[in-house]
Amino acid sequence: MLAFFCLAPLVLYPVFLMKVMCFALFACAFNLLVGFGGLLSFGHAMFLGTAGYASAHAAKVWGFQPEVAIVFGTFCSTALGVVTGLLAIRRQGIYFAMITLALAQMIFFYYLQVPFTHGEDGIQAVPRGRLFGVIDLANIWNMYAVVAVVFFGGFLLIYRAIHSPFGQVLKAIRENEARAISLGYDTTRYKFLAFVLSAALAGMAGATKAIVFQLASLTDAHWTMSGEVVLMTLLGGMGTVFGPVVGALIIITLENYLSQLGAWVTVVQGVIFVICVLTFRRGVIGEIASLIKKPL
Amino acid sequence: MTEIFGIPTQALFGQLLIGLINGSFYALLSLGLAVIFGLLNIINFTHGAQYMLGAFCAYLMLNKLGIGYWWALLIAPIVVGIFGMIIERLMLKQLYKLDHLYGLLLTFGLALIIQGLFRNEFGSSGQPYPIAAELGGGRNLGFMFLPIYRGWVIVASLVVCLGTWFVIEKTKLGSYLRAATENPELVQAFGINVPRMITLTYGFGVALAAFAGVMAAPIYQVSPQMGADLIIVVFAVVVIGGMGSILGSVITGFGLGIIEGLTKVFYPEASNTVIFIIMAIVLLIRPAGLFGTQK
Repeated sequence: MLAFFCLAPLVLYPVFLMKVMCFALFACAFNLLVGFGGLLSFGHAMFLGTAGYASAHAAKVWGFQPEVAIVFGTFCSTALGVVTGLLAIRRQGIYFAMITLALAQMIFFYYLQVPFTHGEDGIQAVPRGRLFGVIDLANIWNMYAVVAVVFFGGFLLIYRAIHSPFGQVLKAIRENEARAISLGYDTTRYKFLAFVLSAALAGMAGATKAIVFQLASLTDAHWTMSGEVVLMTLLGGMGTVFGPVVGALIIITLENYLSQLGAWVTVVQGVIFVICVLTFRRGVIGEIASLIKKPL
Repeated sequence: MTEIFGIPTQALFGQLLIGLINGSFYALLSLGLAVIFGLLNIINFTHGAQYMLGAFCAYLMLNKLGIGYWWALLIAPIVVGIFGMIIERLMLKQLYKLDHLYGLLLTFGLALIIQGLFRNEFGSSGQPYPIAAELGGGRNLGFMFLPIYRGWVIVASLVVCLGTWFVIEKTKLGSYLRAATENPELVQAFGINVPRMITLTYGFGVALAAFAGVMAAPIYQVSPQMGADLIIVVFAVVVIGGMGSILGSVITGFGLGIIEGLTKVFYPEASNTVIFIIMAIVLLIRPAGLFGTQK
């Protein structure tokens, strides 16, 4: 995968690849919660959107350097994750999905109304600035390198988390929560930690995305975005390490090619959802993993 | 002009009425969700799309076939209900043994397909639907002006909600349904065709959504997106009420509609978010919902 993202810009548009990496990190963060904690969040767009607005505002209005803006965006989504996590983990399963969806909708309406987001226009023309005050990010290759570092950093962090004792406990909770409790684990705390970590990384993706595309808009906070990340993860393979990356790559490619078709994109996404759920529940990577009998 | 708390009564009652109307739709939709969830253990994300289908069904019948409001009120729920039953038979049925979340994902996908198809066909803008001649006009109640159609929506949805409650809680058919909710295998062992009952229940829940859609058509415009945002509010209503009781979801639906209307009068900035804020508070105090029991 490292090789792919290092060599691919020779053939593919770097802007397209940066978009893929941002969404891949977003999907990986989401997958940490659903694939390993068994908690399906239908409101992850609120973290992407919040961090996007925060970093765009910090970079444009306050004149922060890009790395500080990204950290600030990540911090804001982490804080939001703490608040919403405390509420959402009080219920499980379907209720958890409905609660996160409703909370995200609330945040969306908030952004629709407050002045600093500029409503439908979004925060436009965000300066990319100079990394550490030295490296000019207006140069696309510098920007590409930064996005790649952010993406691989986040990915490795998730990889470490999954394979740590913390990750093992999460899996135990997903499989059988009552049993994990009886073994002495404070499952609420583990779920909360997973939620906040997922929110933070989703925020990191959103903050980076806002700097790359120089735009933070309502689209990123809308529930369709929450649905999209669910789709990427489902298609790639829930609970696999590489699945969300593949899912993000497929969905973003699809959207790029179908973008002239307007509302058909929604239809195609819906069809993929239905097919995945009915016949293909393990996702692309999950199916490959079961073919070669190795976890991926 | 008289005032209460510095608000003209006309505006206050006007918003209360809008709140009651919204509450009628919240109640009808959350009732349908609760009935479906009770037996199928699936949260029907397609509910908003099916509400929209009901409205479009009425719209198309009027413009293509010349069939008016009253027939639409009967036919549209049946057509959309049958459509729902086909979906249940073909797709949902395969998911009952799996994690409930797959049902949510499948119905979400279906909602995307339906809404996308209608947006391609009709565009995003709303289509007007005229009020039936018998229900046009309004009446001056002294303290406010009541358009007859709005009064009719409130009464009709109350009747339908209470009727549903009566059937489920007080009749023999309803007792089968409640028994199957508790323990489907046992009910099947007594010789009742549970799979057929599940299909019919889903059809009924969907028909309720379509009925709400037809009622909404003259008030809001008929548009492909009309159900998409509404369904999220209804989810919050369901979380607040808890899905344990039929009457509970009706009361919560109307109550939240009224609160939302009042918020529009006293603090308009929060009118979009008030239901979500109430949901957060309820979750802190009573995680199972006002009328729910935690399993």
